[in-house]
Amino acid sequence: MNFLYLFVIIPLLMMGGVVLLKSDRAIKIFMLIGSGVLLAASLILLPLFFEARALDPEAAMVMRSDIMWYEALNIKLSLGIDGISVLMIILSAVIVFTGSFVSWAMTEQVKEYFLWFLLLSIGVFGFFITVDLFSMFMFYEIALIPMYLLIGLWGTGRKEYSAMKLTLMLMGGSAFLLLGILGIYFSAGINSMNILEIAQVHIPVEAQNLFFPLTFLGFGVLGALFPFHTWSPDGHASAPTAVSMLHAGVLMKLGGYGCFRVAIYLMPEGAETYTTLFLVLTGISVIYGAFGAVVQKDLKYINAYSSVSHCGLVLFAILMLNQTAMNGAILQMLSHGLMTALFFALIGSIYGRTHTRMITEMGGLMKIMPFLSVCWVIAGLASLGLPGLSGFVSEMTIFVGSFQHDDLFHRVLTIVACASIVITAVYILRVVGKILLGPVQDKHHEALTDAVWYEKIAAVTLIIGIAFIGLLPFLPSEIINDSLTAVISKL
Amino acid sequence: MQSYIIIISILILALPLLNFLVLGLADSRFSHKTAGTIGTFGLSIVAILSYITAFNYFFDFGKIDGVYQKFTQSVEWLRFSDTLHIDLGILLDPISVMMLVVISTVSLMVHIYSLGYMKGERGFQRYYAFLSLFTFSMLGLVVATNIFQMYIFWELVGVSSFLLIGFYYTKPSAVKAAKKAFIVTRFADLGFLIGILILSYFTNTFDFGALTDPNGSIIGNPASATFMGFSVLSWATLLIFMGGAGKSAMLPLHIWLPDAMEGPTPVSALIHAATMVVAGVYLVARLFPLYFFVTPDVLTVVAYIGAATSLFAAVVACTQTDIKRVLAFSTISQIAYMMVALGVSGFGGHDGLGYMSSMFHLFTHAFFKALLFLGAGAVIHAVHSNEMGDMGGLRKYLPITHITFLIACLSIAGIPPFSGFFSKDEILVAAFHHDKILFACQYLVAGLTAFYMFRLYFGIFWGKETHYHHTPHEGGVAMSAPLIFLGLLTLVTGFVPFHDLITTNGVSFAAHIDWAIAIPSILVGVAGIAVATVMYKKPSDIPNKVATAFNGFYVATKNKFYFDEIYLFVTKKIIFNCISTPIAWFDRHIVDGFMDFQAFWSNMLSSNIRYLQSGRVQQYVWVFTASAIVIAALVIF
Repeated sequence: MNFLYLFVIIPLLMMGGVVLLKSDRAIKIFMLIGSGVLLAASLILLPLFFEARALDPEAAMVMRSDIMWYEALNIKLSLGIDGISVLMIILSAVIVFTGSFVSWAMTEQVKEYFLWFLLLSIGVFGFFITVDLFSMFMFYEIALIPMYLLIGLWGTGRKEYSAMKLTLMLMGGSAFLLLGILGIYFSAGINSMNILEIAQVHIPVEAQNLFFPLTFLGFGVLGALFPFHTWSPDGHASAPTAVSMLHAGVLMKLGGYGCFRVAIYLMPEGAETYTTLFLVLTGISVIYGAFGAVVQKDLKYINAYSSVSHCGLVLFAILMLNQTAMNGAILQMLSHGLMTALFFALIGSIYGRTHTRMITEMGGLMKIMPFLSVCWVIAGLASLGLPGLSGFVSEMTIFVGSFQHDDLFHRVLTIVACASIVITAVYILRVVGKILLGPVQDKHHEALTDAVWYEKIAAVTLIIGIAFIGLLPFLPSEIINDSLTAVISKL
Repeated sequence: MQSYIIIISILILALPLLNFLVLGLADSRFSHKTAGTIGTFGLSIVAILSYITAFNYFFDFGKIDGVYQKFTQSVEWLRFSDTLHIDLGILLDPISVMMLVVISTVSLMVHIYSLGYMKGERGFQRYYAFLSLFTFSMLGLVVATNIFQMYIFWELVGVSSFLLIGFYYTKPSAVKAAKKAFIVTRFADLGFLIGILILSYFTNTFDFGALTDPNGSIIGNPASATFMGFSVLSWATLLIFMGGAGKSAMLPLHIWLPDAMEGPTPVSALIHAATMVVAGVYLVARLFPLYFFVTPDVLTVVAYIGAATSLFAAVVACTQTDIKRVLAFSTISQIAYMMVALGVSGFGGHDGLGYMSSMFHLFTHAFFKALLFLGAGAVIHAVHSNEMGDMGGLRKYLPITHITFLIACLSIAGIPPFSGFFSKDEILVAAFHHDKILFACQYLVAGLTAFYMFRLYFGIFWGKETHYHHTPHEGGVAMSAPLIFLGLLTLVTGFVPFHDLITTNGVSFAAHIDWAIAIPSILVGVAGIAVATVMYKKPSDIPNKVATAFNGFYVATKNKFYFDEIYLFVTKKIIFNCISTPIAWFDRHIVDGFMDFQAFWSNMLSSNIRYLQSGRVQQYVWVFTASAIVIAALVIF
């Protein structure tokens, strides 16, 4: 049996376990163990992948296997991975793992919460292990639906509104996406949904010009492409901590990954046609998101706008259509996934204590909760691109790669995008200065306690990931580079 | 030979990093004493290893056939493309070895001094951890083999500086100063980064060796493309200089440095006087052949910005009353001096005097300015105030501080035989041969420097007899020993034969003191001291009279020519209120409003349509009949 099935089977088994278990505490412990197993499986996948790769160095994807689903349309469940999807699977497993830890504090309807949470992770994992358009789309939808309930039921603030908005906007995106996918399927004309097989044929340029923007937009909505990003601030602000983490950390990456794997890989000429338009939009995302974050007062809004900016950079780099920039884009996905998850975890911990997310109502937390504060500073420094942490590596790869473009316009846009490093510093330091440093704002906060074991484990795991990419960037970078060849050769 | 020196250099870098990790992770699990001992002991080893490296390099194997060589050892860290990759490594050449000595010496002195100065402070362990982090980053910066490695450590020193300025993090002014320092230098770093991108695009390399080889293809056959009337490489080097100007507090990016004095005083001595702030000078020196051969126009810009900054800062220093701020402006002025020296320098032999004198001044300045700051720290420690108004007559209470401070003042004023005289004199000679305007400007600055330093000196140690609540006293051996050691260095470093050691092309040249320039420069220094003596040695009303006579100018100077206000206006009013707030509003009300509007009209539409499906049979019949008639009518007519 293909090892990849495990990433769907384990969460399915966990769902069964959660249904059977009685007490909340048992469910939580079971979740910790299960997510630990998932994380272990994702790490074991790495050597398995290298082994498979060594056997078949030419193939675009390894560990392939197909199951026929619907003979009449030749729809199969096709599995397969390359280095990029392995890294994405590891990222997802890390976020699910840490998300389970921070959910320890969950008290309401624990069983239902974890069931939806697991369904969401099935969608995410399924998306990364499949290589055919039909299953990808299916898993994509599986990942979207639980969001609605998770935010609407377990959220805070205007949760019904946010849940509805998020779901409708993303569904709108997937309507575009469905058109795009069907377009690809019919214009490729080989009666196959398999990406690898479609990549072998040349889709007519007119069809590419028609369907590339649809596909790109469809995934782009999830990747917070301006002006379709507004679900993100409201959605993140209302979602419970672990859902914010999973959503910003992994789900938004589905957008970037899809743009790269489906839109650009299958329709390179269509991409060429539309790069200017979309580069401008993503460039706006980068700068606009950063400026938007500068004046927000709610920690989750700040982080949401910051995500708009960082994820904008992912799409920006993908559209540069060169190897270095794309490498940077994937690194940026990993880096952003880890650090935004860390941010949301910390926001959850701080909110759980102070019962406010408004930066105007907090101050001097460094003295009260040194552990959480130091983690926050580390996340902040990663976000503003301090060398030795992951943000620097990915941003520099993107900037250097983008600047290698021979067209002056692209280089000028790159310089504009570079300016985000200054604005990022402004909003990160504003928050650090406001809530962590300075005198204690609220006397009641002085009695608060620092992080407890499950928060510490989550934060430390994420920081290890951030530092790993930051200190040893050549390891992921080489894996990605190797896997990019298939895409680059089509450009 | 070379391999063992590389191992030593790696150790020089690794020890402070290890210290940082150990002290940072253990934090309050260590006692103050343990943390201080670990930090200081580690640094002493680093200092010793640096001296071994320097000795071996300069006097043993560094010179081959009369030319100092560059030794490089690096490993690839991150590959962008076949030609572009970030390497991490160690480059040993005269300037990097010289910097190793400067950094490790000053850092060691600061480590020892802090044992006394920071005694009993909350967060003592954290303080030592940050000092180690800074030392590691700064050492990494100077031995960088390529411009991207330099950028990496450049950012790391920036963040260590942020952490140390904000060390007293419960104090809002310290937090503000730390933020300001980081953001202003970050803005400058943006220029640096874009400069690197442009440079690497047109030269296809980050490597200093390739970029600065006078016989290499980059300098021999530079890219000819232009952008907006200037060659692309001029843009690149200009933007890179912008990064240097940010770190080295050149006009108009200097505003962060005076505020950075909010940090503990030993930190100011280490970071904001001796080491980090000269990184900009070091950067230009590192790329000097590129500036000189390929973009001489930019080098002229460097010289003039340097001259303007040094004059500006010297004038402002004359009116400040916070002793650390006087020293901060003095630092800006002196670093600008080094920039001028680089700007007027030629290449090769005696033409490279400017380059040599710039490095020489960097070297001597590091010690006497660290001494001044540590002396100021001793004074602050004794009287618990930064304001000159609270001081006076301290010579009786703080004899060691007094003497060493006087030595440093004489040195910076350019009086022989103190070290500042020698290096400053070489700079003036270089300026004189290159550009008379720059020379005149620097000559004036020399006089001003002597004046404001002695204003400071007399204000602290002479002047009015202030009544102190507690009798001021010296801070103990830990604080006095570094003062004495640095005082001795100030006496001897002027005699180091720099023209033999550090030159543009590695070949030594003959240099001697040009008395035709030296004597007038001594005279202007003496004149400055004389004026300060008259005005400040005894309490008098001359200063007030002078201030009243030049009222407008005095007020403008005291307010540092309103640069802070301009910046505040730009950041608060323009960026915050005119860009960010409108964007946030636009996003919520226009972009998101559009999305909500979609939902709104869908809702409206459906709630209107739903009346069509009311379930009342009479209505259906009525509609059916009416429609049938209308359709029939349409068909018939």
